[in-house]
Amino acid sequence: MKKLLLHPAAKPLLFALALLPLASLAYGVVFDTLGANPAEALIRGLGDWTLRLLCLTLAITPLRQWTGQHALARFRRMLGLFTFFYGCMHLLSYAWLDMGLEFGDIARDIAKRPFILVGFTALVLMLPLSLTSFNRAIKAMGAKRWQLLHRLVYAVVLLGILHFFWMRAGKNNFAEVGIYAAVVALLLGWRVHKAWSGWRTARAASIA
Amino acid sequence: MHLIKDHGFKHPNSSEITPREQFEQRRELLRHLATGVAGVGLASWAARDALAQTTAGPGKLAKLAGVKSAVAGSMVMDKPTPYQDVTSYNNFYEFGTDKADPGRTAGSLKPRPWTVSVEGEVGKPGTFDLDMLLKLAPIEERIYRLRCVEGWSMVVPWMGYSLSELIKKVEPNSKAKFVEFITLADKSQMPGLRSGVLDWPYTEGLRIDEAMNPLTLLTLGLYGEVLPNQNGAPVRLIVPWKYGFKSAKSIVKIRFVEKQPVSSWTRAAEQEYGFYSNVNPTVDHPRWSQASERRIGEGGVFAKKRPTLMFNGYEAQVASLYAGMDLKKFY
Repeated sequence: MKKLLLHPAAKPLLFALALLPLASLAYGVVFDTLGANPAEALIRGLGDWTLRLLCLTLAITPLRQWTGQHALARFRRMLGLFTFFYGCMHLLSYAWLDMGLEFGDIARDIAKRPFILVGFTALVLMLPLSLTSFNRAIKAMGAKRWQLLHRLVYAVVLLGILHFFWMRAGKNNFAEVGIYAAVVALLLGWRVHKAWSGWRTARAASIA
Repeated sequence: MHLIKDHGFKHPNSSEITPREQFEQRRELLRHLATGVAGVGLASWAARDALAQTTAGPGKLAKLAGVKSAVAGSMVMDKPTPYQDVTSYNNFYEFGTDKADPGRTAGSLKPRPWTVSVEGEVGKPGTFDLDMLLKLAPIEERIYRLRCVEGWSMVVPWMGYSLSELIKKVEPNSKAKFVEFITLADKSQMPGLRSGVLDWPYTEGLRIDEAMNPLTLLTLGLYGEVLPNQNGAPVRLIVPWKYGFKSAKSIVKIRFVEKQPVSSWTRAAEQEYGFYSNVNPTVDHPRWSQASERRIGEGGVFAKKRPTLMFNGYEAQVASLYAGMDLKKFY
């Protein structure tokens, strides 16, 4: 397993895999297989994949701990950057296909639909994470500060879920949102649990 | 002896051939006559000629013959949305909340045998089975715009007749101020009923004068065929100047009542879905604009949205129903 994860082709393979959803959506646009409302299908498809990639990114650390496969860590940056990429495509497709790049209309739409502002905020918060994702940035910032900054990803995922929930709220349609919320609850819950037990061990040690 | 000499096929002089433009203008004229511009009398005469052909479907379901309608406003000139889109992009929560769900899962609905019971404030209540409904009045084709509250629209060639035909038969009394429409709610046929998205059965309502307006269509088919299950088989309502959710599907009960009924969506979110729900580009949904719409099946992914029309373009026919009413208040 470790050998596979460290294989020189592993990263290029993941890169290609992460592009597959985009390729399949592009295929759908060109060959008209996205159903009756292709613009909506494209915008929502890109949003779905942003959330899925974000969940995958957040799953790396727990998976590392559960399986002992620490080589998984080498894929985290790429998944995070792809999350940002799909988020940007999601925003671009909305602004272009839904709003015709009319910025006055976009501003009015955001005022009407706060869930768009929530999604936009999540994307903006991803920007500093993407800009500081290379090794020299970590060195320049110092690991501690870098890690602190990158905890923003927890805010990003919570805003992402809120964005999705709010969008579906008008039609009382929460089944799919519930699935993502459960996955995120598991991924964040594990971190809270770990931090809590870590704090307790440290406290017990200091008392003893 | 050849008394009659064979000259072969005789070609007309080119001067005798009707130019294509003129020929098509004549058809156009007949169509205008038939759509009521020249009055109902002339229209029924013209209907025999220009209007024999209704829009044809793919032939998957039983044919439903009819003539093009002569009711004013019932034949929009917009290009009909392809059958494939009309039957694969549906809001019919009884079969799931995704718009692709009904097309996949509505096969479990049994549209025959079917009865609609008509009750309440009427002189002649009764139960109508499907064959009675099919014979109650001549079936017409009507090409209507359909505008969903979500911001998309279609153009659908429906088959049916004015609901007023049925209403006249049951003789409403003076207490009948509103009409309530109730959709089937059968768990064995409708998998979506397991979800608590709405209170079942789905219920909608109209004011009696809205129900009597000739545009309000008791709908039994589309594209010259009986209704596909996902579009509300076997009998539904179409109220073309209101948002789509006002047009109840798979109706099993029609009740004439004195008090304004509470619609399912009004019960779910009163401040968002009012009783009237007339298409109105100047009154936004609380959470999104209603000024424009995306026409399904038009121009693919890069198509521009089009502006939404007041009363979905049926202002001339229905605006008088709401004279003096504040449409912002009665949304």
